[in-house]
Amino acid sequence: MPAEIAPPMTAPLLDVRDLCVSFPSRGRMIPIVEHVSFTLGERDILGLVGESGSGKSVTAMALMGLIDSPGVQITGSALFRGQELVGMPQKQLRRLRGREIAMIFQDPMTAFTPVYTIGWQIDEQIRAHERLSRKQARARTVELLAEMGVPDPARTADRYPHQLSGGLRQRAMIAMALSCNPSLLIADEPTTALDVTVQAQILDLIRSLRSTYGSSVLLITHDMGVVAETCDTTLVLYSGRVAETGPTEVLFAHPGHPYTAALLASIPPLDGPRPHRLPAIAGAPPAPLERPAGCAFAPRCTYVHDTCLPAPPPPLVPTGYDPLAAPQDDATAQVSAAAPSTQPVQFAACVLPAEGTPLPPRLTYSELSAGDEADATGFPPSSFAAGEPH
Amino acid sequence: MTTSATFSATSAPSSASARPLLEVRDVRKTYHLPRGQTLKAVDGISLSVMPGEVLGLVGESGCGKSTLGRCLLRLTDVSSGQILFEGQDITHLSERALRPVRQRMQMVFQDSYASLNPRRRIGDLLAEPLKVHPGPDGRKRSRATIAARLHELMDLVSLPAAALDRYAHEFSGGQRQRINIARALALSPRLVVADEPVSALDVSVQAQIVNLFADLQARLGLTYVFVAHDLAVVRQISTRVAVMYLGAVVELGETDAVLHRPAHPYSAALTAAVPRPVVGAIRAAPLGGDIPSPVARPAGCRFHTRCPFVQGRCRAEEPALRRIGPSHSVACHFPLAEG
Amino acid sequence: MMMALLRRLGQTVFVLFGISALVFLVFFATPGADPTARIAGRNASPQTMEKVRQEYGFDRPLPVQYATMMKKLFITQDLASYVDRGELVVPEIARAAPVTVSLVCGAALIWVVLSIAMGTIAAALKGTWIDRGLMMLGLIGISMPVFWLGQVANLITQSRYHDTWLFSWVPGLGYVPLTENPWGWFKALVIPWIVLAVMFIGIYSRVLRADLVALSGEDFMRTARAKGLSPTRILLRHGLRTSMVTFVSLFGLDFAQLVGGGALLTEVVFGLPGVGRLTYQALTNLDLPLIMATVMYSAVFVVLANAVVDILYLFLDPRVRDAR
Repeated sequence: MPAEIAPPMTAPLLDVRDLCVSFPSRGRMIPIVEHVSFTLGERDILGLVGESGSGKSVTAMALMGLIDSPGVQITGSALFRGQELVGMPQKQLRRLRGREIAMIFQDPMTAFTPVYTIGWQIDEQIRAHERLSRKQARARTVELLAEMGVPDPARTADRYPHQLSGGLRQRAMIAMALSCNPSLLIADEPTTALDVTVQAQILDLIRSLRSTYGSSVLLITHDMGVVAETCDTTLVLYSGRVAETGPTEVLFAHPGHPYTAALLASIPPLDGPRPHRLPAIAGAPPAPLERPAGCAFAPRCTYVHDTCLPAPPPPLVPTGYDPLAAPQDDATAQVSAAAPSTQPVQFAACVLPAEGTPLPPRLTYSELSAGDEADATGFPPSSFAAGEPH
Repeated sequence: MTTSATFSATSAPSSASARPLLEVRDVRKTYHLPRGQTLKAVDGISLSVMPGEVLGLVGESGCGKSTLGRCLLRLTDVSSGQILFEGQDITHLSERALRPVRQRMQMVFQDSYASLNPRRRIGDLLAEPLKVHPGPDGRKRSRATIAARLHELMDLVSLPAAALDRYAHEFSGGQRQRINIARALALSPRLVVADEPVSALDVSVQAQIVNLFADLQARLGLTYVFVAHDLAVVRQISTRVAVMYLGAVVELGETDAVLHRPAHPYSAALTAAVPRPVVGAIRAAPLGGDIPSPVARPAGCRFHTRCPFVQGRCRAEEPALRRIGPSHSVACHFPLAEG
Repeated sequence: MMMALLRRLGQTVFVLFGISALVFLVFFATPGADPTARIAGRNASPQTMEKVRQEYGFDRPLPVQYATMMKKLFITQDLASYVDRGELVVPEIARAAPVTVSLVCGAALIWVVLSIAMGTIAAALKGTWIDRGLMMLGLIGISMPVFWLGQVANLITQSRYHDTWLFSWVPGLGYVPLTENPWGWFKALVIPWIVLAVMFIGIYSRVLRADLVALSGEDFMRTARAKGLSPTRILLRHGLRTSMVTFVSLFGLDFAQLVGGGALLTEVVFGLPGVGRLTYQALTNLDLPLIMATVMYSAVFVVLANAVVDILYLFLDPRVRDAR
């Protein structure tokens, strides 16, 4: 995957700082998302990955201003092209939604209103944002469906959601999301409800959007395979907090947080030798109210020690693996996460890098199997070079 | 533990015989829809499962893998064909005659929550089959035997004995699936059919349950039919794999042979389509099109509408499942590999 | 689509046949009772008894009796009431039906419009005092029995405050045919309409609100919001339109049973000579032919309305269209 590292001068498309979302329950505020920060550049694909309850969908809904349960508290900042999304009045948000920021959802069956045709629903979004006649809107709808690879687009536009297959529905959903040429597309588990061969088609389509539509994509998923295949940058969430973030290549080769490493290890491999047992993570993620004061992953972590336990949770620090600067260069320096980007690119909310004992690089099973030709020490830094096509 | 002998009693002696534990002969399951349409959910499948092996059934939605799984245990009646369990034809056994057989074949479902009654304690749920079915000596189990067995089961699935006094909603998804497994094992079955048992779980928990299945199999000498859409999970647990497409088995063989040297273009495409958690993995162009509706199955080879190697013969003539190696069969006129 | 309609029609005919046979059996083939005596009425002379027996064929087998009855009901329409000195039953119903239809249609219009307005406003303002107030009003409407409300309305508009400027326009109890005097028709019916509608407004607005609130959690409502649509449009075009499927099925049944005679109490209270009142009279007089005819009439309406609802379904819900 070519990693397009944005030139440092341009402001990011989306800059999220310290986003917190809490829901009230029985007189207490339950923190679902805590201090999540990330940036998304133009034409970038950022993967927000985590298990159920990690807060990844809530983060996306908060950005879209779609959380309206009474008493919910959203703090922090989310700058989209310099406009603050947190606390933006609904009226103003509505103009952004669908036009500047569009969203696609997990289950395309239930995400369309069942009583209208696909075409009607896409027309509706176009006409909500642009002054177009019905005819013009429909022409664009048909054109979009064709571009999304929908066969016989004019007839498909006249069909109802339940008459289409899952794959076609998701293509129609993406067509609707792109209908007003948004600069940011938020895709919430877009392939989870699909079969694997159809998933491959949809992922190809999402990847192609940045070149054909110039869209940036925030891809929310639980599937590490989908992230590896699709995203330039990855943000790993665990129990509502950022565990780790970095360029996808770096993060998958050198996981900086024990959770990322353990999560990757627990996926059964499809290639190479079959492990006798899967290295599973014991236990289950904590419920928001039972979240430990220190590192949320501490109770399940094999590297846990005294410094992990007390509050506050460990801050995001550079992991030391930096393709541009020399490794271990500023592993101990307290570089603020907001600092722009000359050196460190990968950050983990873990005490290990700061203590000078970063995790060893990840050994994939294919490397183990092909041990004779590949060097078993991991990827050399040169393989992360930007823009290098594979 | 007084009843620990029941495990070895049921599992050990069978391994000597080379007769299949479960045999499926040309099983079909047809549903009749309105407007005279028919849905051939299972369209002539023959398989055998040897004692102690794990047969993985993989395929995408609508391929009939779950229907087949249910047919194996007679949870769904087949339309035609035969199902033999331990050499006995159970296809048309009455519910009553089936009851002793049911003790030796059990099922674990995907939805760990829906399959547990929320209003009853876990201990009561697990005790139920033990109360209904007589013990190995043919008599009703005593209260003490049942209590001992319950503790043993909790131990087997690595849950604390205190869990017996709690309710389903108090557990996480992974723990509930452990309870479901314990329930399936309560009567010491020989065969367990697991229908997507880990697909509702998070990855980190999924690995625990997959390991648990493997441990239990080694420990109790169980035989599994493991139905799943996740190829990686199936590979981890299965000795053999049957790849299904639109109601039929298109390829059957040793797990790694099928997944790494697939002979059927569909198996190849399915394996290739799984995203690997490794950056830079090169993936072949995905299959085009959608899975046809099982109601309107293509004539000829059922895969020909999506097959990248389709030829004239494929459109006209349906390939039979034929042997291409000692334990490798494929239903393709032009297989990609010879066993 | 055409096939679906035809099939539905066939079903309707079949159900009507079933109901008529059942009603016939209940009234005329109950063991231990002579239907002749029932039709002829109490204290009928032997001559009348003999005439009735001849006319209805009660000395012949059951299927013939059934056929005779149906012929008299639907073809020759000369089923006569002996209790009421030979009054023909079918024209009697034909005279009563327009009254009932006038009453029910007007009330239905009021309750549909008001309940949609109340339910939608309450759902849109969920949790506010307006929502709570409207739903409380609905509950009050449901709890007021229609005969009581009707009497109170009569008391106020007919006697107590009849001479004030507010109610002096209210005509006396009774019905004015639409063809004779449209304005009089309206004036005679407007109070019965409101009284009959009150309970349904309560029920329908509460059901609609609950349905809309449940729908607001659906994925497609979230999609509609993510599209940047206005809240009004989301509520009306996506929420309300989808809710209409539930609403119509509820409405069809209530409407049919009211037209079929269910508005009895309202008709009696306001002195409207409708089908409900006719049934009421037939029951008090034990007028068997009239009872038979009104029951059949009511069954026809309920079954027809059901068929209409099903056909409306086909238009409202595309999923139903394909499932057939």
